[in-house]
Amino acid sequence: MPEIKNYTMNFGPQHPAAHGVLRLVLELDGEVIVRADPHIGLLHRGTEKLAENKTFLQSVPYMDRLDYVSMLCNEHAYVQAIEKLAGIEVPLRAQYIRVMFDEITRILNHLMWLGAHGLDIGAMTVFLYCFREREDLMDAYEAVSGARMHAAYYRPGGVYRDLPDSMPQYEASKIHNAAAVKKMNENRQGSLLDFLEDFTRRFPTYVDEYETLLTDNRIWKQRTVGIGIVTPERALALGLSGPMLRGSGVAWDLRKKQPYAAYDKVDFDIPVGVNGDSYDRYLVRVEEMRQSNRIIKQCIDWLRVNPGPVMTSNHKYAPPGRVSMKQNMEELIHHFKLFTEGMHVPEGEAYAAVEHPKGEFGIYLVSDGANKPYRLKIRAPGFPHLAALDEMVRGHMIADVVTIIGTQDIVFGEIDR
Amino acid sequence: MTTDKKSLRELLTALYPDQLVSIQERLGETTIVVKASIMLEVLTALRDNEQLLFSQMTDLAGMDYSDYKDGEWQDKRFAVVYQLLSVVHNRRLRVRVFADEDDFPVLASVVGVWPGANWFEREAFDLFGIIFTGHPDLRRILTDYGFVGNPFRKDFPLSGHVEMRYDPEQQRVVYQPVTVEPRVVTPRIMREENYGCN
Repeated sequence: MPEIKNYTMNFGPQHPAAHGVLRLVLELDGEVIVRADPHIGLLHRGTEKLAENKTFLQSVPYMDRLDYVSMLCNEHAYVQAIEKLAGIEVPLRAQYIRVMFDEITRILNHLMWLGAHGLDIGAMTVFLYCFREREDLMDAYEAVSGARMHAAYYRPGGVYRDLPDSMPQYEASKIHNAAAVKKMNENRQGSLLDFLEDFTRRFPTYVDEYETLLTDNRIWKQRTVGIGIVTPERALALGLSGPMLRGSGVAWDLRKKQPYAAYDKVDFDIPVGVNGDSYDRYLVRVEEMRQSNRIIKQCIDWLRVNPGPVMTSNHKYAPPGRVSMKQNMEELIHHFKLFTEGMHVPEGEAYAAVEHPKGEFGIYLVSDGANKPYRLKIRAPGFPHLAALDEMVRGHMIADVVTIIGTQDIVFGEIDR
Repeated sequence: MTTDKKSLRELLTALYPDQLVSIQERLGETTIVVKASIMLEVLTALRDNEQLLFSQMTDLAGMDYSDYKDGEWQDKRFAVVYQLLSVVHNRRLRVRVFADEDDFPVLASVVGVWPGANWFEREAFDLFGIIFTGHPDLRRILTDYGFVGNPFRKDFPLSGHVEMRYDPEQQRVVYQPVTVEPRVVTPRIMREENYGCN
């Protein structure tokens, strides 16, 4: 009988199911995985080192580019770390706006994840459905910050500006005639809050549509049930967080357990899985989208009746208003110092964590009192998740590796930093 | 956080009267400094003690203090900072361990305590050159294959030492010394105490 040896296979970095630039060295026994060795760093830009050489404000846009499908949540952790160190009081309205946009971001992220995960394991239609809804939410991003994705909207001390009173309109073109444009503009007649409220009314039906396609689908269940099981103890020891932890049955959500911004003032539930497999994590994320929708609705109702400032009045950290800057010498100096030298954050260290769509996203900020951070450590949730890949794929088939990479919701912007 | 913060400090001082170099509470966060020689037993106890149960190591950050406050730092140069999380008690703790030698920083690996530390330690090794004894697979992780140096050390220039380009004569990618000029748009400034506060 001939001797059969294990062989090694290279997966990626140019593989559509590798979600970007993952190179995976798989050791196989037949089609069964014996060992998986992910090679990361192909997207390493040295964000942490760059931040040490930039003023505090200049690093905000870098945060968008970490996990580039949940931009504002990254920013939230970063501005929280600065606010903690500097002791800045953030106005309540800004906190509600942040919660609302965090949840919009969570839906954006989960839609992207659901579409890509479906595509990976053979469900084409969901992808098209998901991207249809993403478009509306990215319009909300654009209305408020001017950018569809890399918003740079959160600033230390609040948010860059208040919510707009009108939405941008489509214009007639060669492709869309006036009648079609009128129909497309129908829900854009009011303010951003009206537009979002219309979305929250429609969205539960959309989630039902995804669930019709997947939840009871035989093929979907065959591909995900019992794949990549993680026990609760193991999940904690491996450093998993977010839906990866809740899918295993640990009811741990920073929004509830260590509330930040206005999360203690809104009502929502934490979905928890039972078996800790890919299917449970799918169910957890789908339910999270419904809960996010609930939170957005509550924020809209609050924001409608509670006008107020959205930026702190401490001008050592936040720029003064245009008018006062033009009329007042002191404000002019503040503005000039803030945008040339930048803010000085008091000496000390702080760790600020938020419940990012993928898990716990933390910023460990060390300042020695200069106008730049002394050290910025980004705790990306995907990093320990991908580290656990080896353990999760052992004993599974090659096709299941794709499922497990998908279920981990890997994005290389944050893992490689 | 639900549990009383004061009790964590009292708890730690009562449990480890001699092991802790210092304990500090600031901004609602607790930081302890542990000697490198006894770090493993303290960290294991932090995980296993019924009153603490720090079952998750959330983050591990390498630190290079050499440039802190523009050279005022007199203590050891390299440290590793662990962020621990107790899910049961809903508490966080920060542990800092300084490496004894500045030229060849070595610390014990905590992979045996929290398996999730594996990649974090590889990262600190890669970027800061801190060696973790007992680590099962200490390889570079984020930098390029064959990279030389530890890029996050303060003496490593921002633009690096080498750059990569395609060489049409050799018909392959070659490395060469960097050609970019280092450029500082906003200088790093330390102000005296109470600057601007009259």
